[in-house]
Amino acid sequence: MVLALHLSYWQVSALRSVGILAAVLLPAGTFVYLFLFKMVSFMQSRLGPMEAGPFGSMQLLAEVGKFLQKEDIVPERADRKLFKFAPYLVVGTVLLVYLAVPFGPDMWFANLNGGVFYLLAVSSISALGVLIAGWSSANKYALIGGLRAAGQLIAYELPMVLAVIGVVIQAGTMNLAGIVAAQAGGSIFGFDGIGNPYAITQIVGLCIFLVAVQAELGQTPFDMPIAESELVTGYITDYSGLRFMMFFIVEFASAGAFAAVAATLFLGGWTVPAAWADLNSNWFNVIGPIIMLTKMLLIGGLIFFVRFTFPRFREDQLQRLAWTVLIPISLLNILATTVLKVAF
Amino acid sequence: MSELLREPLAGGVLAVTPAMSAFLRDYLTVAIFGGVAIGLLVGVMSLGKLVRPVRPQQDKYLTYESGVDPVGDGWAQSPIRYYVFALLFVLFDVEAVFIFPWATRLEAYGWFGAVEMIVFIVLLTLGLLYAWRKKVLKWI
Repeated sequence: MVLALHLSYWQVSALRSVGILAAVLLPAGTFVYLFLFKMVSFMQSRLGPMEAGPFGSMQLLAEVGKFLQKEDIVPERADRKLFKFAPYLVVGTVLLVYLAVPFGPDMWFANLNGGVFYLLAVSSISALGVLIAGWSSANKYALIGGLRAAGQLIAYELPMVLAVIGVVIQAGTMNLAGIVAAQAGGSIFGFDGIGNPYAITQIVGLCIFLVAVQAELGQTPFDMPIAESELVTGYITDYSGLRFMMFFIVEFASAGAFAAVAATLFLGGWTVPAAWADLNSNWFNVIGPIIMLTKMLLIGGLIFFVRFTFPRFREDQLQRLAWTVLIPISLLNILATTVLKVAF
Repeated sequence: MSELLREPLAGGVLAVTPAMSAFLRDYLTVAIFGGVAIGLLVGVMSLGKLVRPVRPQQDKYLTYESGVDPVGDGWAQSPIRYYVFALLFVLFDVEAVFIFPWATRLEAYGWFGAVEMIVFIVLLTLGLLYAWRKKVLKWI
């Protein structure tokens, strides 16, 4: 019990809602600043934004302020209701993904027993939002972009789900707090000095998961739904102002969400190996989120490093990679994990 | 492991409302937060409404087609090649639904469970192989 406070359910829910907004917006803002503004600038031998705040750190706030003042334009041919509804669906589902991820022994929002299931289910809803956005725009670019996005999200959903099954087999639970605990308290062949982070024992699963995440996010080797040289900006072609900003922010919020999921499932989440410290200490409610953010930045850095270094695939290569490479490998991974789990 | 799974923060609430299980309470949190998230978005959109200009001009509302006047209908017919993939997706997603509960109980099932699941996965892989052989995985 934190600080021996006794709060009613509604107070706790309100606190959690505020906490979760911080958990969404802080990493998303950090990702935009650190990776989109600064890392890519340094990779391209330029400074990036330098004017707003020290080293341009307030640039994102300035951008939001700018987008707030833009006129709200809905194309006359568009399906108005769906056109306005799509950004809410996409942003809302990304916010919901964070709900199941624990950030400390008491710093969690909802301790769902089917946590992994919930994550995978909620994160795939955004495909619907993207399809709605593409269809309702009544724009040829948007329609093609939306269909491409739907096909891509469907194809890469599967390797992701199948890669996670390996983790569930090893941990023996779908509860994310349980998976974190199993990694911190686990041991590799009897050696428990570093716990059992599944990044080591499920390395194949981790690789498949990261490739699938890259595709689910539509980040560059897999950015055919946006494909600015072919489709203008794909399904967000006709969006402008605040609604465009929602789609823009969601790209980074969902990168943060998937980074959090990957950190929880494969890197041990908010914990350090149980051999190093007493994980039930209240201090971990403070240190835990910091550890978690560090791991998220690690994975986020990887996602954006790949984004800024690789050229785009062709659409046929994309589908072929998912169905003929990633899915068979992840099925083999499940079989291997099963046999090893039962044998040892 | 179990000492890490602490009592929920609102542990006392169960005694007050015995009708609601911890399971449902967790999903109530999901619902509440869903409401908060939508509220936040509506708030941001209405904040924008206060500060943004409204200057209607007919040209602004044209569909964007790289600067030229839009030709034909936006909802043009286009070959949807994805339906085969969508069907395959359903096949494998159903498989995943079966595998997840089994995966949490594998320790209890032992070799019996492992062999059962290997047979299941191999059968489904045959489906994928069939689709591959029939060249539906090939982009036309």
